[in-house]
Amino acid sequence: MKRTVPLLISAVTGFILIGTAFIPMFEEWGNDAMAWFNLLAAFAFILGGGNLLKMQLQKISAQQAGWGYAAVTLIAFFVTLFVGLAKVGVHPNAKFPEFSWSGNYLEVGSAFWWFFEYIFTPLSATMFALLAFYISSAAFRAFRAKNTEATILLIIAVIVLLGRTYASEWLTGGFPNEPIFGEGGITYSDFKLDHLSQIIMDDFTTPGMRAIKIGIALGVASTSLKVLLGVDRSYLGSDQEA
Amino acid sequence: MKQSTIIWTLLMVFGGLGLISVQLFRGKGEVYVREVPVEAKSSSKTSPEQTYRWSTYQEVSAKEKDDPGISFSYSRTLGLWVSAFCTLAIFSFLYGDNPLYKFTESVFVGVSAAYAMVVGFWTEIVTNLYAKLLPGMARMSFFPDMESDVQSDLLYLIPLVLSVLLLWRLAPKGNWIARWPLAFFIGATAGIRLISYLETDFIGQLQSTIMPFIVFTADGSLLWIKSLRNTVVIVGVTSCMVYFFFSVEHEGIVKYISRLGIWFLMITFGASFAYTVMGRIALLSARLDFLFNDWLGI
Repeated sequence: MKRTVPLLISAVTGFILIGTAFIPMFEEWGNDAMAWFNLLAAFAFILGGGNLLKMQLQKISAQQAGWGYAAVTLIAFFVTLFVGLAKVGVHPNAKFPEFSWSGNYLEVGSAFWWFFEYIFTPLSATMFALLAFYISSAAFRAFRAKNTEATILLIIAVIVLLGRTYASEWLTGGFPNEPIFGEGGITYSDFKLDHLSQIIMDDFTTPGMRAIKIGIALGVASTSLKVLLGVDRSYLGSDQEA
Repeated sequence: MKQSTIIWTLLMVFGGLGLISVQLFRGKGEVYVREVPVEAKSSSKTSPEQTYRWSTYQEVSAKEKDDPGISFSYSRTLGLWVSAFCTLAIFSFLYGDNPLYKFTESVFVGVSAAYAMVVGFWTEIVTNLYAKLLPGMARMSFFPDMESDVQSDLLYLIPLVLSVLLLWRLAPKGNWIARWPLAFFIGATAGIRLISYLETDFIGQLQSTIMPFIVFTADGSLLWIKSLRNTVVIVGVTSCMVYFFFSVEHEGIVKYISRLGIWFLMITFGASFAYTVMGRIALLSARLDFLFNDWLGI
C-alpha cells in the first residue's frame, strides 16, 4: 500500500498521458488527467500554505530568534487570504447584479487587487531587480580572461550587453556604411555592436541552445521513463515516514 | 554601535524624513481617480425588476486632478506609498541585512503564499471542481451564466479524494497516504513532459538543424552568406553534441571537435549571461522609474 500503489498510480497515469499522443481513444482521458493535475496543483498550494502556517507557528511558540518576523508573515498571510477568499470590495458581475459573489476576485479596486498591485508586484519585481547588483558584482569578481573559453565568454557577454544598449550607438554609431575593400561585400557598419550582437544571437548562440535543448529532452525522457517504470522511486521518500 | 552604522542609519532616517516632507510639501505621490457609475438591472425573469447601482474608479493622471468628477483616492495613494516603502526596504538589503528588509521579506512570503492559494482557489477549485461536482449550487452562487442543463461530473470525485489525501500530509499520523496523489502528480508530469520534450526539443531541434550546407538562388547563383550561416549552425550543433557525448574518449579528432563545441557553448553562455543581466537591469530601471516618476514625480 505504501509503495506498490503509488508506483502503479504513477505508471498508469504516465502511460495514459503518453498514450494520448498515439491513441485517439486516450485523448479524452488525457484531458481529464490534465484537469485533475491542475486541481491537485491548486491543492498543493493549500498544502504549501498549511506548511507555512505550521512552521511559523512552531517558530512563534518556541520563541525562536526572529519569531516576530514569523508573526508578520502570518498576519500578511491571513489578511491576504481573507480579502482574497471573501472577495472584499469586489462588485458583482454587471450582467447578474443580484449574485453578489459573481464578480472577478481580482477586480480593479478590490482589496485583493490592492495587495497584488501595491505589495506583491513591487516586492517581487524589486527582489528580482536586486539580482542585477549581485550578478554584476559576481561577474566582476569571477570573470577573468584566464583561458580561451573564458575569454570567448567574456567578449561575447560584453558585445551582447553593449550591443543591446545605447552604448552601441555611442561607441560604434559613427562607423560608415562603406565597403572595407572593393565594391559590395562587408562594410564598416557591419561591425557596429548592435549588428554584431544580432549576428551572435542569430547564428552563434543557436547551435549551443539547440544542443542544450536536445540534451535536456533526452535527459527528461530518460528520467520520465525511469520514474514510470519504477526504476527511480526517490519521490516516494523512505519507509520510515509515519 | 559602529561609527559607519550610525552614519548610515542617520543618513537613511534623515533621507526618509526629507523625502516624506518634500512629498507632503509638493503634493506629489498622490493618486486621483475618476468615478464611473455602474447601473445594472437584475437578470432574473421571474422576480420583479430591480436596479443595482455602484461605482468603479479609474486612475487618472495628476494633471487632471482639478477636472470635474475627479477625486483624491486615499486607498490608492496609500498603496503608492506602501509600494515605495516596500521597494526601498528591499533595496536596503544592498547595504546589508537589516530589520526593515527582514520585515518586508516576511510580508512578501505571507502575501505570496496567500496570493497563490487564492488564485488556485478561484481559478481551479471553484471553477473546475466545485462547478463540475455541484453545478446547480455553482450557478446559484458564483457562475450564474452557467448552462442550466449541466450535470454533475462524478469523475471529479477522484481528484477531490486525491486532494484530500494530499492535504493529509499535514496530519501527524498516516501521512504516507499523501504519496498516492503525489504519485499521480509525478506520473502525469513524467507523461506530459516525455512527449512534449521529445516532440519540441528533440525532434523539433533536429529537424531545424537538417538544412543544406550550400544554398543557391533560383537562377543558380550561390548565396554565400546563407550558406555560411547554415554551415555555422550545423557544425555548431554537431560539435556541441560531440562534446556532450561521453561514451567515447575525447581523444584525437573527437577532442578537437568537442573543443569547438565548448567554444560554441561559451558563446551561448556569454550571450545568455548578457541577456540575464539585461533583464535584471530592465527590472531595476522599472523600479527606479516607479520611484522617481510615479512616487516622487521628478
